[in-house]
Amino acid sequence: MKNERYELNKNLAQMLKGGVIMDVSTPEQARIAEAAGAAAVMALERIPADIRAAGGVSRMSDPKMIRGIQAAVSIPVMAKVRIGHFVEAQILEALEIDYIDESEVLSPADDKYHVDKTKFKVPFVCGAKNLGEALRRVAEGASMIRTKGEPGTGDVIQAVRHMRAMMSEIRRIQSMQQDELYHAAKELQVPYSLVQYVHENGKLPVVNFAAGGVATPADAALMMQLGAEGVFVGSGIFKSGNPEKRAQAIVKAVTNYNDPKILAEISEDLGEAMVGINESEIQLLMAERGV
Amino acid sequence: MKIGVLALQGGFVEHISHLQSLQVDTFEIRKKTDLDREMDGLVIPGGESTTIGKLLKELDLYDDLKAKINQGMPVFGTCAGMILLAKQIEGKSNASFGAIDIVVKRNAYGRQLGSFFTEAEFKGIGKIPMTFIRAPYIETAEKNVDILSVVDNHIVAAREKNVLVTSFHPELTSDNRVHQYFIERIILKR
Repeated sequence: MKNERYELNKNLAQMLKGGVIMDVSTPEQARIAEAAGAAAVMALERIPADIRAAGGVSRMSDPKMIRGIQAAVSIPVMAKVRIGHFVEAQILEALEIDYIDESEVLSPADDKYHVDKTKFKVPFVCGAKNLGEALRRVAEGASMIRTKGEPGTGDVIQAVRHMRAMMSEIRRIQSMQQDELYHAAKELQVPYSLVQYVHENGKLPVVNFAAGGVATPADAALMMQLGAEGVFVGSGIFKSGNPEKRAQAIVKAVTNYNDPKILAEISEDLGEAMVGINESEIQLLMAERGV
Repeated sequence: MKIGVLALQGGFVEHISHLQSLQVDTFEIRKKTDLDREMDGLVIPGGESTTIGKLLKELDLYDDLKAKINQGMPVFGTCAGMILLAKQIEGKSNASFGAIDIVVKRNAYGRQLGSFFTEAEFKGIGKIPMTFIRAPYIETAEKNVDILSVVDNHIVAAREKNVLVTSFHPELTSDNRVHQYFIERIILKR
């Protein structure tokens, strides 16, 4: 029974593939996202760019605000909990959230332990910057993985770095001999069975999305060409000049990520992109939270 | 035989691998020029029906596909695919092909906590595994529609002429008999 629930949760992520998951903070934004073609929305009070600007402790959103968004749209609704904050997760489960993001964007509640996600019926997505982190989260019960990237910056460099790291490690594991896999499991600090899976299948055991710093259709297509199965867009949409148009363009870019002609068309005239901060200018590296 | 799989969003890769396991050639449909190819059948996968519906219109695929379906091209839709093929959708209206005379209820089992797995009879096949993910079901079907499976008193699979729909995802199980049914009973009997 337990395994069946985990399978169903991985299955929901499979249905999100090729889609864009958008951060929204009001029912109005959620409706704009849905109308633009979002495959799901992430309900949070403040988008990462604002969290970064405001500083201070950032926590799970107000359940009332989450309910408002659940009522506004028919697509899946996700919400974030602090790393290790299993009570916030219990609360979101009580709201019948469709996916919980145990996220480094919020202030971590535990500097050692992540949530034991096997204790929950609702699915979890977690961030990772390399294969070891990804497989550790899967071992803890995550049914979907995303790159951490660097949220709220509009700078794609870290998402690229994390996706490239994961993909190249996957290729390395794939080419190993059987006896080398035991050592790889030790090095990565992950269960042997998961390394075995990666060796045989050449991919993670769960769906893998890109997240953190995606601001343009070209960014989204870049992540897809690097191997992402879909894209989270946080601050990039509602911090831009024309959220509706940009959202639609990013949705189309994820479908036709391999067609430069279509990408050229949809990149036209989108208005101002979010201003963004360069990696070297930021004070707080959220990606370093929770390893 | 060549089957086009609508690859705008959702679980299209899973359909492609099921079809390939039955020695069928497949190709992905992502843009208008993909429709220039010869096509013996179409699969519309699961995913988000609002997303796929929106992209069908935006990428200018809707009219051409609707014409092909109306001319009798075999089409198989699962979950979101069923919603997109239904004549009527309870609640929200959507970009639908209106190809099968059923009324569909979206998210009929509720949110993800309502997703479930079961095994049930499928007319003409027997007992098969069924995975329901935030699934719709068929509320009512007109007389001309052949009801193929019922789970907990709700219709979850049906066929009208060239159109086959399921609420559940046969592509998420290791059983490819519904795909085989689509090929043998609908495409080859055409």
